[in-house]
Order: sequence, then C-alpha cells, then structure tokens
Amino acid sequence: MARKTGGNIKDLLFERTTGAFAFLVLFLAVLLFAVLLRESLPALRKFGASFFVTGTWDPVLETFGALPFIYGTVVSSFLAILIAVPLSVGAAIFINEFAPPWMKTPVSFLAELLAAIPSVIYGLWGIFVLVPVLRDVFMKPVTKYLGWVPLFKGPVYGPSMLAAGVLLSIMIVPFILSVSREVLATVPQLQKEAVLSLGGTRWEMIRIVIGQHCLPGIFGATILGLGRALGETMAVTMVIGNRPEALLSLFQPGYSMAAVIANEFTEAVGDVYLSSLVLIGLILFAMTFAVNLAAKWILSRMVARASRGI
Amino acid sequence: MRRISGILAGTAVALVLSLAVVTGATAADPLMINGAGATFPYPLYSKWFYEYSNANPGVRFNYQSIGSGGGIKQITAGTVNFGATDAPMTEEGMKKLPGAILHIPTALGAVVPVYNLDEVPAGLKLTSDLLAGIYLGKITRWNDPKIAELNKTVTLPNADIVVAHRSDGSGTTDIFTNYLTTVNAEWRAKVGRGPSVNWPVGIGGKGNEGVAGVVKQTPGAIGYVELAYAKQNKMKVASLRNKEGNFVSPTLEATSAAAAGMAKSMPDDFRVSLVDAPGKESWPISGLTWILVYRDQTDEARGKAIVQFLKWAIRDGQKMEAALDYAPLPKAVVEKVDLALKQISFKGKSLY
Repeated sequence: MARKTGGNIKDLLFERTTGAFAFLVLFLAVLLFAVLLRESLPALRKFGASFFVTGTWDPVLETFGALPFIYGTVVSSFLAILIAVPLSVGAAIFINEFAPPWMKTPVSFLAELLAAIPSVIYGLWGIFVLVPVLRDVFMKPVTKYLGWVPLFKGPVYGPSMLAAGVLLSIMIVPFILSVSREVLATVPQLQKEAVLSLGGTRWEMIRIVIGQHCLPGIFGATILGLGRALGETMAVTMVIGNRPEALLSLFQPGYSMAAVIANEFTEAVGDVYLSSLVLIGLILFAMTFAVNLAAKWILSRMVARASRGI
Repeated sequence: MRRISGILAGTAVALVLSLAVVTGATAADPLMINGAGATFPYPLYSKWFYEYSNANPGVRFNYQSIGSGGGIKQITAGTVNFGATDAPMTEEGMKKLPGAILHIPTALGAVVPVYNLDEVPAGLKLTSDLLAGIYLGKITRWNDPKIAELNKTVTLPNADIVVAHRSDGSGTTDIFTNYLTTVNAEWRAKVGRGPSVNWPVGIGGKGNEGVAGVVKQTPGAIGYVELAYAKQNKMKVASLRNKEGNFVSPTLEATSAAAAGMAKSMPDDFRVSLVDAPGKESWPISGLTWILVYRDQTDEARGKAIVQFLKWAIRDGQKMEAALDYAPLPKAVVEKVDLALKQISFKGKSLY
C-alpha cells in the first residue's frame, strides 16, 4: 500500500515536471512574440500600415518600409519550392520504386548529407560557382532572346532573386526528399500490387498511389521545406544582391527579411531604425506562424479526404 | 565515531587548503580589461593585446569585435571598460553617456575603390565627381567620355558598370559615404552618410569579402573595400584625385599623409574626419579608428591599466601597424593624443 502511494507521488512529480517543460515551450513562444511586439512599437507608431506597403529603406533619414523584404522572402521561397518539389518527389519515386538496390543507399545517403552542410558554405559555393554559372549559361542567353518578358529583364549582374531561389531549392531538397521517401514507403505493398494486377502500368500505379495516399504527406514535406526557405539567412544574403527594391524581373537583385536583419542589426544605432528591424522580425515570425497554421488546416482536410477515398 | 570525526577533520583541512589556494589564485589573477566594438582594427588590437600581455603579465584583455555601433552601445551601458569605433560618436549619442568620454585615435584606415576590368591592368584614374556619378547611377558605362578623358592610355570597354557596396552596416561604408558627402553636393542631398545608406544603385555584398566576391566574379564591377583587404587579396585598385589635384594610389604612406595633413586642424577631442584631407600625397578616403574611454574612471587599477596600455599603443604599438596593413599615426598626432591620455583620471587624480 505504502509502495503504491510512493508510486503515485512519483507519477505526480513526473507529470508535473514534464508538464512544466511543455508549458515552458509555450511560454517561450509567447514571450518571444511579446518582446518582438514591444520592441517594434516605435516603428509601428511612426509608420503604421505604410511600413508594410512602402519600399523606401533609408537609414540616414530613418524612413523605413518593408515591402521589398517581404516580397523578396516570398518570391525566393516560392521559387525554391517550385524547383525543389518536383525534383525531390521525382527523386524519391525513383529511389523507392525504380532504383536498383545497390544504388538506393548511396544516393539517398548523399542527398540527405546535403542537409548537413552549413548554410555559409552554400553561400560561398553560391558566390563562386552557382552565380557565375547561372549568369553566363542561363541568364545571359535568356535575356538576349527573352529579354522582353518582364520576368527575364536585364541587365544581368549575377547576384539575383533567381540565384537565391535556385540556391534555396538545393538546400531544401534533402528535407522534402527524405520525408517524401518515408511517405512513399508507407503505401501498403498490397495496394501497389492491386493496381498492377488490374493491368495498370508503373506510371499508373505511382499516379494512383500518390494521388490517393501520399499527397498529404508530400504537402507536409513541402511546408517543411518552405519553412526552412523562409527563414534562411546566410546563404540568401550572399547571393541575392541585397538591393531593397521589389522588382518583377528574377534576374535583378532583391533582398529578404532575414537577410536585412542579419546585415544591419549590429550597426543600427537609431531607435526607430532598430525598431524597424525588429518589426521585420515580427512580420517574419507571424508569416511562418501563419504558413504552419494554414498547412496544418489544409493537411487535416487532405488527410480526411484521402481516408474517405480509401 | 572516531572514523567520522577523522573524516570531518580531514574535510576541514582540505577546505582550508582549498580556500588558501583560491585566495592565492585571486591575488595572482591578471586584471581583466573588457572591450568591445569595431571589427576593422580587430587584427591590430589582437596583436597589441597579445604583445602587451606578454610584456605585462598582470593585465589581460578580452575584446569582442561586434561592430562600431555595438561598441558604442556597450560603453554607453557601461558593460565594458572601453569601446572601439570607426565613426566618432554623435553629439546626441554623447548626451546619453553617464560621463565625459574621450576618443583616443589608435590607427588609420583607408577605403579604396576596387574594380574588375581586363582592359585596365591597375591604377584606373578617377575623380570624386566620377566616383559619386557612378554610385549615383548617373555614369553607367565604362567608356563614358568623362572616364575616358582621364584614362587616355587604355581602351575602356563598352560595358555596363556594375556597382557593388556593403550590405551590412559598417565603418567602411561610413568613411566611404562620408567622402562622397563631403565632395559631392548631389550625393549629400540625395543619400548622405552613415554605416548603412539608401544606395541609389548597385548590389550589396556582406562584408569586405562579399563586396570583393561580387567585384572579382563580375566583369565590369566596381566596389570599395578596406585598403588592407585589397592589398592582401591583390585586387585592382583605382587612383583618386585628391584635394590638391594630384592622382594618388592608395598606400599606407598616403593614408598617414592624410592624417598629417589634418594634424594642424585636429580638434582636441579627435572627432574628426580625414576624408578629402589636404596635402599633396594624401589619400582622400582615409579615416581614424578610436578607442572610447571615460575620462573619469571608477576603478583605479583598471583605469591605470587602460591608460598605461594606451600609452604603449601610441608608441611601441604603432611600430606593429604597417606589418598588418594599418597606417600608423603621424608624430604630431601622437603628441596630441598623449595630452589627452593625461586627462584620464580617478577621483580627479591623473592616471597617466
């Protein structure tokens, strides 16, 4: 009897301790938000809503607007997703369904190794390899023949929104790839065989299986990659060109929210200046929060639909 | 019982012994001087701290190179014993301080235009108006007649000028934009000076290495980096026409010449800009870097150690500058700095 009480006390203690840990995480998130909000108040008061829709960034006159940074973060991340998702999902299908066994392990190991490279290394590689190659092999010829398309307007410098998007896509491939592989692996062998036994080709099998079973998982993987792309700082700032202007052409330099904070925070002396940088941090925080929330909601609907379908 | 008391006695002896060791260690512990600030003089300061602590084992330094703005914040808050900055404090900033502060110059730096043109080996000639025109986006081609007129010996390519600048806030940008603000009315009206500005044109690179990366990788690019960085990386540097109308190449001597040219008109608080300095040999984009110390020290031992170190730095320390690509302070300035060091005091008593 005494033992049982002792057990209860231990249980209670354990429950309370772990509960405190969980609460701490929540508390930290709230605290983070509160501090960001408090520190960004001077900028919010001075600029109000115009902060979100104007594009002047002048530390000398202390006039600030975040539009180019918001635009840069959104466009570069979207570009990265556009490139990385087909690439990763394709690679995942190949590795799981077609690759001979001797190839599977090394290819997936190497792909996942990409995730372990520090972002500053990606940035350096971007400056010295990716940017010159993109400029000479892709951007220059494209502007020459398709320069009239607003997206490809010159002049070509090298560091650009496109370079940032491509570099980001390489960085998020390992995340999307490994999650997609896990998702594909959860498809019951029976279902696959069922499609094949009904006379379906491999393509039909993959299409049906992915359509029915894997879409929510791949969507989740995409959001994971998007989250990483939105917040990436070092690699982006090294190749994006750091120009606070929202330009339509992908060949022109741009800027991102994380990059401007990292670049200017240490030397920002004015109160409004510092506060504006914090406000950009708050926007970034709110944006990633919203993306994750929306993703959760869409995901739950997708899962519901997928399970209804089966 | 006897065993227990034995253990107790043993513990007591051990405790007393360890206490003795601890107090002994504190007495012999070196005095720790904390500083924070500019990144530009960091290699020089590291060398100084190392050499000085070797000669004076009683003093050690801990310096965080967090940037000039950070150094000013830290000394204002009093979390460090000295600050370091490449841009003098503003009147407004000095009002927030708890006491009077001294700007002690320690070294000279220069900012140099670097470029990437296969056709022009080195020493492309530029004037202040051309440089401002390029950075304002008004001169956009290398074969612009105004550039060609100055550089008749070479054939300039018919290519776009790709402008590169620092994207991070930095003292280097402050000196560079201070120069353009001083020499060009349009720049002064449209952009102004500061560690970060609203650049009319160009691509931003993070740090000297970022700007150098853009310039080296982009044919037709022009940028600006610290003299030491350009020298160590063997970049092509441009010559500039200085105030007296001479074209000078950026060298340590030309940088020191700028300070010598300003020595006569040097104010007592040393908060002076060396851009567009008079003197035939003066490099026009030069600047001082300062250590910030409070005039009235609150800790006698620490204050004394800082003053003794600074005395050493402006004498023996100056000999180490050239090897690290910093320009030493000219004699006239050193004498003036010496007078300032005598003002640093503890409760009214000079610590010199």
